[in-house]
Amino acid sequence: MASGDQPAITDWPIVVRLAIERRAYLSPQGDVLAPLPSSASDPKLLIELYRGMVTIRALDVKAVALQRTGRLGTYAVALGQEAVLVGLASAMRGDDVLFPTYRENGALMWRGVTPEELLTYWGGDERGSDFKASRGDFPISIPVGSHAPHAAGAAYAFKLRGEDRVAVCVLGDGAMSKGDVHEAINFTAIHRLPLVFVVSNNRWAISVPERLQSATPTLAQKALAMGVRAWQVDGNDVIAVRASMIEAVARARAGEGASCIEALTYRLGDHTTADDARRYRSDEEVQAAWKNEPIARLRRYLVDTGVWTKLQEEQLLAEVQARMDLAAEHYLALAPRAPASMFGHLYKTLPAAYQAQRRELEEAGGG
Amino acid sequence: MAEMTMIEAINAALARAMGEDASVVVLGEDVGVNGGVFRATDGLQRRFGSERVIDTPLSEALIGGLCVGMAAVGLKPVGEIQFMGFLYPCIDQLVNHATRLRTRTQGRLSCPMVLRSPFGAGIHAPEHHSESTEAMLAHIPGLRVVIPSTPAKAYGLLLAAIRDPDPVVFLEPTRLYRSLKEDVTDDGRALPLDRAFVVRPGRDVTVITWGAMVREALAAARTLDEHGISVEVVDLATLKPYDEETILASVAKTGRAVVVHEAARTGGFGAEIAALIAEKGLTSLLAPIARTTGYDTIVPLPRLEQHYMPSRERIASTIERIASFS
Repeated sequence: MASGDQPAITDWPIVVRLAIERRAYLSPQGDVLAPLPSSASDPKLLIELYRGMVTIRALDVKAVALQRTGRLGTYAVALGQEAVLVGLASAMRGDDVLFPTYRENGALMWRGVTPEELLTYWGGDERGSDFKASRGDFPISIPVGSHAPHAAGAAYAFKLRGEDRVAVCVLGDGAMSKGDVHEAINFTAIHRLPLVFVVSNNRWAISVPERLQSATPTLAQKALAMGVRAWQVDGNDVIAVRASMIEAVARARAGEGASCIEALTYRLGDHTTADDARRYRSDEEVQAAWKNEPIARLRRYLVDTGVWTKLQEEQLLAEVQARMDLAAEHYLALAPRAPASMFGHLYKTLPAAYQAQRRELEEAGGG
Repeated sequence: MAEMTMIEAINAALARAMGEDASVVVLGEDVGVNGGVFRATDGLQRRFGSERVIDTPLSEALIGGLCVGMAAVGLKPVGEIQFMGFLYPCIDQLVNHATRLRTRTQGRLSCPMVLRSPFGAGIHAPEHHSESTEAMLAHIPGLRVVIPSTPAKAYGLLLAAIRDPDPVVFLEPTRLYRSLKEDVTDDGRALPLDRAFVVRPGRDVTVITWGAMVREALAAARTLDEHGISVEVVDLATLKPYDEETILASVAKTGRAVVVHEAARTGGFGAEIAALIAEKGLTSLLAPIARTTGYDTIVPLPRLEQHYMPSRERIASTIERIASFS
């Protein structure tokens, strides 16, 4: 009992209440769950999205085949996450800037990075990140989450200069445990920067499952708590990912601030070719997840609506496989550079102090 | 020409750079209205606006990473880390990103950023405010590490750092901020990076040093002059990449070398200088190379810090020992 005659307050005022919505349009069976957004009304475009996803899977198959035969380095497949990649990349403009991790090969490819360049990068050659088409995109960032402040810095520059460009930063579920990511989201919210964070929640950070990564029911709420608009989307539904991205990019471009889209997906493959996921997760779990995968889902919808035929499917598969065969051929034919090229872009102009080291390498036969 | 302290010279260089190039932005904790805890950015926000002089949240990793993102898309960010003891969260950004962006993208993207931080002991500051871990930074490929020793050097080297197309860490000796004044011409003229300065010519012993220790070495040299020992003092100024030629030319002349730094001895940058002289200047040596440095201890709290930092007496005694070696 409170002192005096005052009764105890049992209903303190609520100062803030946060909520996270989850968006989806297609069920895992390809059934329509909600009226499709206008961005999905053109069957030609849906077929493009489908082609994009199938192309990513073909790249992954080719890359793993090369790796398993000793002709490519460690590689990270995006098996099961293709809808996130195509959905986010298809909503971006050419002069927007993508900040990818190692699992965003497919998003880069949608933006014009060639499979040759991607194989060159994963084959251990820096020339693979000298993207000939998307000149402004950041290279693949491997230290998890450390690229989030870069996206914030670039978005700050866009805003300062009055440019209507947008930065798009892709993070995994593991990255949402990083301090630098939180620092970046916080800054982005404070300055209402033109930035979209896409959290590709594939449920596993190598062997650590989401329940050991975070106690919160969503990852989106962490961004929301910092003042960024945030929601969840079925990350295996390319229509939903793309619609969410279109909305988030438009908000950013209009100066209305940043968004964080948590795309719920599943990593059907190993973390990388150096990983064996059977050590830490059950076949049953993976088999169940296969029922939700994004490519079959969209294919069912396209077939059901009469815009996709078996013949078209066969042609597409043959076409992407031929494209990847060609890419592999080009990649394997690429001659290594002179070893001394490692000094080539160390600084804009190599300081005198290191010119002698370059000569040392050249004289050791590394000319 | 005006007489300036080092902090005033830094402020003048920042104002000059911001005035001449709209892509230069300043960011850090308390750099805006407050003008920085040491006032290095005093008045800049009033003059250039809060969009270009950015009070960041208390997030050091962010400051480093923002600089990378800004620089890659065409700004020239000058980040401030309030004290070197707080710089470590953004070493990730320096090692993994700032220094590699040009190589990783084969020149498609680059990172013309400057990260300023006060460093060193001697101002009776609390724990973590007196570090000098420049050797850690100088080990990072692709970086420039620049340390001024006077107000005029701070002005000219900071301008050069901001105009440089690659990432630079600019370490400012805290105890020199206000303790010495000199004439500085605010004419926008930069000093060369990657070059050491012979700040006192001499015949008998070469002292190679940087930052706050330059003044101590000069004081030791003046004392020894009275005892007939002529000391040449080389202010290294840029630790990475450092000026081998000036060091070797001086040692070739004197035949004796003493390296002085405030940082701990083991793996300190003095070891690099000693190795250089042993590799490329051994035949001109008349005595062993000597080092006078901080000890391999935690930098003590202020009551003992004067015993940690090399004093002019300690430096003079080392020089004397090396000068009389035969």
